[in-house]
Amino acid sequence: QKVSVEVLDHLEHLALVDFRDSEGVDWLQKAIQFADQLHEVNTDGVEPMDSVLEDRCLYLREDDVTEGNCTKELLGNAREKVEEYFVAPPGNIPLPKLEERETFLQGS
Amino acid sequence: AMLRASLRQVSAALKEGRVTPTELCQRCLALIKSTKFLNAYITVAEETALKQAEESEERYKRGQPLGSLDGIPIAVKDNFNTAGIETTCASNMLKGYISPYNATVVQKLLDQGAVLLGKTNLDEFAMGSGSTDGVFGPVRNPWSYSKQYKEKSVPKCPSEDEESNWVITGGSSGGSAAAVSSFTCFAALGSDTGGSTRNPAAHCGVVGLKPTYGLISRHGLIPLVNSMDVPGILTRCVDDAAILLGSLAGHDPKDSTTIQDDFKPFELPDLTDVSKLSIGIPKEYHAPGLSNEILALWSKAADLFKNAGAKVVEVSLPHTHYSIVCYHVLCTAEVASNMARFDGLEYGHRSDLKDSTESMYAATRREGFNDVVRGRILSGNYFLLKQNYEKYFVKAQKVRRLIANDFVKVFRSGVDVLLTPTTLSDAAPYMEFIQEDNRTRSAQDDILTQAANMAGLPAINVPAALSERGLPVGLQFIGRSFQEKQLLAVAKWFEKQVQFPVIQLEEVKRHDSDVFQHQKSASFS
Repeated sequence: QKVSVEVLDHLEHLALVDFRDSEGVDWLQKAIQFADQLHEVNTDGVEPMDSVLEDRCLYLREDDVTEGNCTKELLGNAREKVEEYFVAPPGNIPLPKLEERETFLQGS
Repeated sequence: AMLRASLRQVSAALKEGRVTPTELCQRCLALIKSTKFLNAYITVAEETALKQAEESEERYKRGQPLGSLDGIPIAVKDNFNTAGIETTCASNMLKGYISPYNATVVQKLLDQGAVLLGKTNLDEFAMGSGSTDGVFGPVRNPWSYSKQYKEKSVPKCPSEDEESNWVITGGSSGGSAAAVSSFTCFAALGSDTGGSTRNPAAHCGVVGLKPTYGLISRHGLIPLVNSMDVPGILTRCVDDAAILLGSLAGHDPKDSTTIQDDFKPFELPDLTDVSKLSIGIPKEYHAPGLSNEILALWSKAADLFKNAGAKVVEVSLPHTHYSIVCYHVLCTAEVASNMARFDGLEYGHRSDLKDSTESMYAATRREGFNDVVRGRILSGNYFLLKQNYEKYFVKAQKVRRLIANDFVKVFRSGVDVLLTPTTLSDAAPYMEFIQEDNRTRSAQDDILTQAANMAGLPAINVPAALSERGLPVGLQFIGRSFQEKQLLAVAKWFEKQVQFPVIQLEEVKRHDSDVFQHQKSASFS
């Protein structure tokens, strides 16, 4: 059962990572095949496990500010910034569809 | 033989003034330079290390050392944040990234006066079992250059030399393992998500400890799988690992997954009587592909305990076969989530593409991540799709519980510690290792180690003997949750019985100019 082109396209949009070529798609197919072995295990009545520490309390800190004021350090690693802002290219522009995308990413 | 001493021995020497911290630091730095071909270090922080050594020296002069780690040169895997020092995760995504803060474990080491020599090499973002898939190239196992290996290797053709014959360190903490193994530091930090500390420890002949999940803070460790990652400890003997554990364990308010219980650093007992111990041998760990050599070694080790009076029983962990599959799904899913932070906006690599946020993100990630990372992100996202969530992700979480329960049942039946192999064979030559892709390799190599990560249990690799090829082979002990004291006590006893040989490296002989103590070879192999 091969993964449809729609799903591949959807994955690239979600992950913002591309398959690059048929090898990448092949990789995913094999990963799914490998994972399918899970269905051999009977898990009736078994609760999913989120954390091995599930039977302990998770403590949150008091809502007290103990550190901060490090704007300079935090901005220090960003490539594009203006005053105290991180600068991003315009948003709300969806990634082009699969057919168009090959050419779109040629610039990188 | 100062560089080859244990942490405890060198600490005593520093206290007694037989060596100074700056001397020690300089020797280590010199050895790092002359073992550069190992490619164990990505960044050597020479200036800051010497400064730390000088400060330590002042403290020793005043008779006020901070503790047993004061002045001790250590190395840290390059996926831990280190303030002012580049942290790359061996990826183009973080090349040039200078951390603004120290990971908690790094801070703890520095607070105790340890000297940070540098950051060690790894598989990109700690994904891999060879330390071969990072952008700075593969790490070479120091044993490739040992007398023991050279004596046993028969060149396949007259032109073949050691250049093409070298073996891998295992991974992903290969740089840290190689650094400890080649005596350039006395201890190193690694990380362990599926075996990444124990696997290279086995291949490099050093002790590799994976602590219980929740014991040591992950704050500042660039995360792979939040529910399984732990900082790992690599040292040359079990005693040293206990010392490191003592300085690192404990609740961290910055990591809410660390337990609140008071951790008391312990003095590791010297077990003489193992007759009250029950050692479990999980039969499913006789995995396909396990070399005959290791099988024999495992059996011999079991006999060792039996002959010393311990109760040795065969046990069953029935879901072992599925743990690698379960890990594959949970790991890729958490990775997909954790790698989402790398978008070029606040730190790390940023693409020049300016057309839109999404295209910039996509291009940045395309340029910054290698195939392995990208492959895992895509697989992870697949398993997290709405239509797949129950079928794969939740299913894997259920299987995880079954795996964890297997261990609970076995420990409840009276077993104290489990004894298993760590790896399927000794270290493979690099040329052979790269014939298979990363995922296949990881799936094969992680089989014996990652169930402990699933269940969050402490586990340790202890070097046991040399293989027929003259390379290290280790065995693994898995303990009960938060029972590191018992686990390490058993490991220490085993280490003493085994007398694993010291690696004979020409480079080290030259730098450690005291009379070379020729240690008696293994009585075990």
